[in-house]
Amino acid sequence: MMEPIYLDHAATTPTHPEVIDRMVSVYREAFGNPSSVHSFGRKARRLVDEAREAIARSIGASPKEIVFTSGGTESDNMAIIGAAYAKKEQGRHIITTKVEHHAVLNTCRALEKQGFTVTYLDVDRAGRVDVEALRRALRDDTILVTIMYGNNEVGTLQPIAAIAELLKGRDVLFHTDAVQAFGTEAIDVRTLGVDLLSMTAHKINGPKGIGFLYVREGVRLVPYQHGGEQERKRRAGTHNVPGIVGLQKALEIADAEREQRVRHYRALRDVLLSTLEERGVRFAVNGDPDGGLAHIVNLFFPGTNVETLLTALDLSGVAVSSGSACTAGSVDPSHVLTAMFGAESEEAKSSIRVSFGLYNTEEQVKKAANIIAETVGRMVSGA
Amino acid sequence: MAKARVVVGMSGGVDSSVAALLLKQQGYDVVGIFMKNWDDTDENGVCTATEDFEDVARVAGQIGIPYYAVNFEKEYWDKVFTYFLDEYKAGRTPNPDVVCNKEIKFKAFLDHAFSLGADYVATGHYARIDRKDGRVRLLRGADEGKDQSYFLNQLTEEQLARVLFPLGDLKKTDVRRIAKEYGLATADKKDSTGICFIGERNFKEFLSRYLPAQQGEIYTIDGEYKGVHDGLMYYTNGQRQGLGIGGPGGPWFVCGKDLENNILYVAPADHEALYSEGLLAENVNWINGAPGKTFECTAKFRYRQPDRRVTVTVEDGGRAKVLFKEPQKAVTPGQAVVFYDGDVCLGGGTISLIKQKAYHEKLDFVRPAI
Repeated sequence: MMEPIYLDHAATTPTHPEVIDRMVSVYREAFGNPSSVHSFGRKARRLVDEAREAIARSIGASPKEIVFTSGGTESDNMAIIGAAYAKKEQGRHIITTKVEHHAVLNTCRALEKQGFTVTYLDVDRAGRVDVEALRRALRDDTILVTIMYGNNEVGTLQPIAAIAELLKGRDVLFHTDAVQAFGTEAIDVRTLGVDLLSMTAHKINGPKGIGFLYVREGVRLVPYQHGGEQERKRRAGTHNVPGIVGLQKALEIADAEREQRVRHYRALRDVLLSTLEERGVRFAVNGDPDGGLAHIVNLFFPGTNVETLLTALDLSGVAVSSGSACTAGSVDPSHVLTAMFGAESEEAKSSIRVSFGLYNTEEQVKKAANIIAETVGRMVSGA
Repeated sequence: MAKARVVVGMSGGVDSSVAALLLKQQGYDVVGIFMKNWDDTDENGVCTATEDFEDVARVAGQIGIPYYAVNFEKEYWDKVFTYFLDEYKAGRTPNPDVVCNKEIKFKAFLDHAFSLGADYVATGHYARIDRKDGRVRLLRGADEGKDQSYFLNQLTEEQLARVLFPLGDLKKTDVRRIAKEYGLATADKKDSTGICFIGERNFKEFLSRYLPAQQGEIYTIDGEYKGVHDGLMYYTNGQRQGLGIGGPGGPWFVCGKDLENNILYVAPADHEALYSEGLLAENVNWINGAPGKTFECTAKFRYRQPDRRVTVTVEDGGRAKVLFKEPQKAVTPGQAVVFYDGDVCLGGGTISLIKQKAYHEKLDFVRPAI
């Protein structure tokens, strides 16, 4: 069989060789615990400080606004639970959307069981939330709004700056999960106007198990992981020094190559779509027609079954994915597509996500598009 | 030439794990697929399907084959569970495994596998397939105690032509031994028991969630009032346990139900009302065609019962009349009757009516004109 083609970079990305090299050298030369009082600890501490400074610079924050976490899920949990408990005397109402990542949705659901009330905003067929609807959903007891930056399934970008503008002057915290956006969007927390922002390294060719939460200065979160006094008592636990340095490196590379990557992914998207068109496959692109995250293309193939399609594609050497939720390995209809098109919609049952990455070539994408065309053709004709 | 592709239905149990291993060793291009047929997530969020899929992933990883899952919850609900409830509503004792094999494992799953380019579909059933003279026959599994051909009686020759049962020649002890020898993650996993979607849970409690239970009276076949039953659906012919009645003349066994009047009838051990002489079967499937209009063969009326000699008369409309050489105890409507000629499984059907040994006015409702 041919070498399989990886087109699932929204799930995770290969670690950049320079990131690996940096991490290996940290493992070899700076194994110390940054909290220790001796020279070994100080050496590691220096690396963490440098990384924190570089990362803060990259997103327009100050170093003490960066809290290292184990990744996107922890960042989301820390932001939402931490904010909810910090402000619970002020109110218990949270607003989010129906298309958030499960790290946000299920955290909100967990809070509902703790006496908080959550409004899940609808989205339009492009997957975008309406700022006006958010305005109407705001209540006197609203304490937190959490709305993602760019959608991990369809790539749609939310009007983050407009939402921040709306919330300005209100005593409501604004969190955004920007996990999927870092590879292709230049993010500046000051221009965005958010209070809390989640990031993870492995989506941008960094290591797994490391991420951060941006916490605007002055925002208080109730910590829920107890132990040592790391991260200004906001997140206990020995620092993942190699991971932190790896994150820094990955972000540096992403910053330097961002525009080039976006151009590359747009070109790959054109190859994908034009090849499918040439092959006469019936399909539609789900998401924002005006362009969302450049690396994500969500495709609807009428008459197919997503579960069969994904399996058949993998057996033919094309690695793509669908809805983010897997229960016992089987694919549930995507909650994102369900929110966009309705629970009984064809789109929710017959769509796949293709997501590009650093090492994809036009040749690969063309080959994959041909395999997709053949597989879909076979399924639609019922052969 | 490309290797033949076999899609194995992997449940996360030891049998299908070893089936996949053996096929891989035989040189097939093996693909493991887990069927998710039932959402059993409990109030704690625990779902045995999730744990079973974890085992599939571990074993497939050990064997070195790709693995996937497919969701047939809707098909299972529509075709198997609905039938299951309907049968109980009709006062019968259904066999969902037979229908699951017919509608899900060897239909929906077969279609799914073929759409993935499979040449064969395999499962961990203990049964054999004999391919000879252009015919495909279903044989009992070599392990008498484990033989599962009973559950496969509704398969057609066409389906069997594209099916492999790698465990057919093995004994369960061999399968456990092989699993241990290769260190498969499921080597010591407990066999699942009972009806798959009920599992270890309380049967009565489960059923009461879906069907309203109506208490009624229990009478002996001779008309003596014995007590109260919890709902006719909870009882099956020949049942002794759980009746909650005692008294002189016992122990008591279920010998029939009067659905219309919601009465459960019981009889003492060896009472002739517990015996039947024949049955009428419906939805009869002859795997290789019916052997004749009227013929003798052996039959099973429940899983794991020894074979009994019978005379079968094939009737129109997928029915068959079956007369027993010897009166049989506790033959129950809803269960499968499965026919054999030696080791060959000829097919089977659903028991729709039974012919009681002796005429009892009280049991007239179960006594058809056979």
